[in-house]
Amino acid sequence: MATPKSRPRDGYPGRALALILVVTVGLVALMFGTGNTKPRLGIDLAGGTSITLSAKSTDPKAINKSNMDIATGIIEQRVNGMGVSEAEVQTQGDRNIIVNIPKGGDKQSAADQVGTTAKLYFRPVLALAPSGIQAPAPTETPSAGASGTPSAAATPSATGTGTPSAAATGSPSASATKQGRPAGEALAADNPTTPAATTGATASGTPSAAASGAPSAAATDPAAAQQDLSAAMTSGTVPPELAAQFAAMDCTKPDQRKNYQTAEGSPTVACTQKDENGVYYKLALGPVAVFGANVDKAQATIDTQQGGGWQVQLQFDGTGTDAFTAVTGQLATQPDPTNQFAIVLDGQVVSHPYVRSAIPGGSAVISGNFTQSEAQNLANVLSFGALPLEFTTSDVTTVSPQLGGDQLKAGLVAGLIGMILVVLYSLVYYRGLGLVSIAGLIVSAALTYSIMSLLGSGIGFALNLPAVCGAIVAIGITADSFIVYFERIRDEVREGAPLRPAVQRAWPRARRTILVSDFVSFLCAAVLYLVSVGKVQGFAFTLGLTTALDVVVIFLFTKPLITLLARRKFFSDGHPWSGLDPKRLGARPPLRSTRRRTPSSSAAVKGA
Amino acid sequence: MSRFSNLGHKLYQGEVSFDFVGRRKLWYSISGVIVLVAAIGLAMGLHLGIEFKGGSVYTVSKPGLSVSQTQDAVDKIVSSHPLVQSTDNGKIRIQVSSEDKTTSSEFTGKLSQEIGVPVAEIDTQVIGPSWGEQISNKALTGLIIFMILVTIYLAIAFEWRMAVAALVALIHDLLITIGVYALVGFEVTPGTVIGFLTILGYSLYDTVVVFDTVKENTKDLTKQNKLTYSEAANAGLNQTLVRSLNTTVVALLPVAALLFIGGGLLGAGTLNDISLALFIGLAAGAYSSICVATPLLAQLKEEAPEMKALAKRVAQRRAADAKAAAAKEAGDSEEIADEDLPAGMVGQRGGRATGTTRAKGRPSTKR
Repeated sequence: MATPKSRPRDGYPGRALALILVVTVGLVALMFGTGNTKPRLGIDLAGGTSITLSAKSTDPKAINKSNMDIATGIIEQRVNGMGVSEAEVQTQGDRNIIVNIPKGGDKQSAADQVGTTAKLYFRPVLALAPSGIQAPAPTETPSAGASGTPSAAATPSATGTGTPSAAATGSPSASATKQGRPAGEALAADNPTTPAATTGATASGTPSAAASGAPSAAATDPAAAQQDLSAAMTSGTVPPELAAQFAAMDCTKPDQRKNYQTAEGSPTVACTQKDENGVYYKLALGPVAVFGANVDKAQATIDTQQGGGWQVQLQFDGTGTDAFTAVTGQLATQPDPTNQFAIVLDGQVVSHPYVRSAIPGGSAVISGNFTQSEAQNLANVLSFGALPLEFTTSDVTTVSPQLGGDQLKAGLVAGLIGMILVVLYSLVYYRGLGLVSIAGLIVSAALTYSIMSLLGSGIGFALNLPAVCGAIVAIGITADSFIVYFERIRDEVREGAPLRPAVQRAWPRARRTILVSDFVSFLCAAVLYLVSVGKVQGFAFTLGLTTALDVVVIFLFTKPLITLLARRKFFSDGHPWSGLDPKRLGARPPLRSTRRRTPSSSAAVKGA
Repeated sequence: MSRFSNLGHKLYQGEVSFDFVGRRKLWYSISGVIVLVAAIGLAMGLHLGIEFKGGSVYTVSKPGLSVSQTQDAVDKIVSSHPLVQSTDNGKIRIQVSSEDKTTSSEFTGKLSQEIGVPVAEIDTQVIGPSWGEQISNKALTGLIIFMILVTIYLAIAFEWRMAVAALVALIHDLLITIGVYALVGFEVTPGTVIGFLTILGYSLYDTVVVFDTVKENTKDLTKQNKLTYSEAANAGLNQTLVRSLNTTVVALLPVAALLFIGGGLLGAGTLNDISLALFIGLAAGAYSSICVATPLLAQLKEEAPEMKALAKRVAQRRAADAKAAAAKEAGDSEEIADEDLPAGMVGQRGGRATGTTRAKGRPSTKR
């Protein structure tokens, strides 16, 4: 108690109290201010489907963070590609990926599909058409001076995977120089997202160029059925067996952007995964030319030589190189769009660059007007086939909103009743001091709730059932800190000390006990959080959070509050309802005392 | 309640004292029997939930739907004859083994047609066979890491003997809890594993608080000759007994609320799984911190040379006191005996050497 004379013996409890109240109010205000008034609920409370995928690999080293990140990216794309909105994909632990799909709609097929291994193929494009173009679109495509042979001539020869056919004729579209690449570097494939804009000048009458607005005089017949329209805008030739399917497809509808692939060796139809400048394309594709598994490496880089922005570098393995050389050689001789090859992920076209020339050597560059994230996404898709990871579905849980609501309600009711019981117990046992513990619990609850709500939007923390359990269990931990301190104070009072010194003297001893025991509890939570998976993590998180808050509350709230209260007559005189009645506590009558420390006598006499 | 308060007072002053440490053989044998029974239960095997075996569980709720109707319906869908049960809150639970290859969407689709419940209202859980293994492996890793860390921490914050005693108490609690699960045949789910893991924190929390008092009480113990370590430890234990009981009550109240109210509303579920394990573990933890950890600590400490010497000195002094008392009146010796326990508490005050030199007096006057 070596406090300087200038300050009160029991410090400035008001400051600490003010601090924590400001912090609490601030957090609550922030919570309301940012509109995150409720913690984000996990699937088990809100309803929905949660899928856990676990990575497996023959090479244990392959399960590392970067590979998992790539895989997470792919799975996110796949899930979003399925038309499931608001799905969230995150890694958990070192080898798990959690896919959470909120309630609503039929997400079952998504759940089934997401667990399957992603299939990545390179297929030559046979035909291409924008989908769902509404009436006043320009039609009659080849109007634009079409030097390009409209389809027929070019088509189905594009099939062969092996035919080294007309390789290396030198790209016919070599004029398309927006980014002429050094020949050795290989494929320069323009991203045809903007066929009109980038290649319009060169590509001899890219029929689809029409889509981007050549105002050809032709029939803007509003009555023209959309099918006719898109048929008219189709470039390339749809194989007859797919013609009907191709015509019927409308890729603007999410449910139609599905996997149409039947066999690797037969042609298929597909939609683009995302819209390209607002247009979804439908494509007819030849048999698989190169398999995604044959991609060795893919990465997004910046084209420093040309200043062309982001691009994706591709490296194939031996088999891939041979097949790729062959198919690009063949494609390069074709007119647009059959000089394109499509990168197909799960039956959806991720990208369909065109080929300018045969690309030997197994490395290629896909360029286009990529943003960094587009390039990285594409690189991730391409790398995925090369990832030595295999995913198995570990856990699929579908919780109906009904059950979720019930669980939430049960958790809240249990928490509330638990809290009331604790409050009653401390009131009965500690009387006036019980009020302090109630106030402490309320502050603690307000802090926990607002932090959880804020973390929901901040780091994506979702409150799940085990987390609710953790919070309820934490009521006990929080209350226990009060008990430790109160008991210490009462011990001091029993020794005959008046309340104010007793509060101060009890503090260092209580503090140590609280710190040590909270540390153990926190250690437990931290270890659990770091090594565990699944539900355990949510539990560990809340336990750790509330334990940390417990320390904050006891230091900044309970202790100062008691210090302040100890100055009040009600407590310092040991009113029977204060819970600190020396008589009730059986403090020693000081008259018989031979003690060396004396300051306690007066209060004890008063109390007795 | 006031009587309880008085008890707290008396415990603190040593007027009432339960000899926990001295009866260590009793506690050891009780614990030994419980642990043995638990071990037998464990040997019989735990009833592992579907999360550990793999398979799928579907839960539907429809008024008037009977188990046999549902059984008929699911037998039409799959050939593996799934297990159909009704849960205590009126729902029907269908459990399909992992050998069955029907996908969950197929199953729910058909089930929804057969029994006329919308697909969205069927709760589904499909678990790969290795998931439970992964969870338990992780939990085990966590357990081991935590035990190592906490032992190191306690060895530094307190001393290695306390760390050992706390660890033994911890393992004791875990064994008892898991044993109860094995014996009663409660299903072990990931929720249960969470419960088990939480016991780690709680059991130690309790033990740490008790040890903290014991440590205070036994500070500078070697400078006096009135109390042996065991006696001082026991005095500390008694002082913190009220707190231990209060803590346990306060911790058990919310858990009991979870178990009986949360569980009662929902029937079996994560809430129940966690809280049941916690409930057993907390009770075991409160018992072990008092009756296992501290007696064990005392026993370990008494083996230390300086504590042996202390025990000898105390014995000598008592013999001398007894002689002196015999020479004097009988009443005096009573007071000496009376004095022994509270003296332990004297050590708390700033490490003053306890009553070696002090004259006899009533316990209430000592500071």
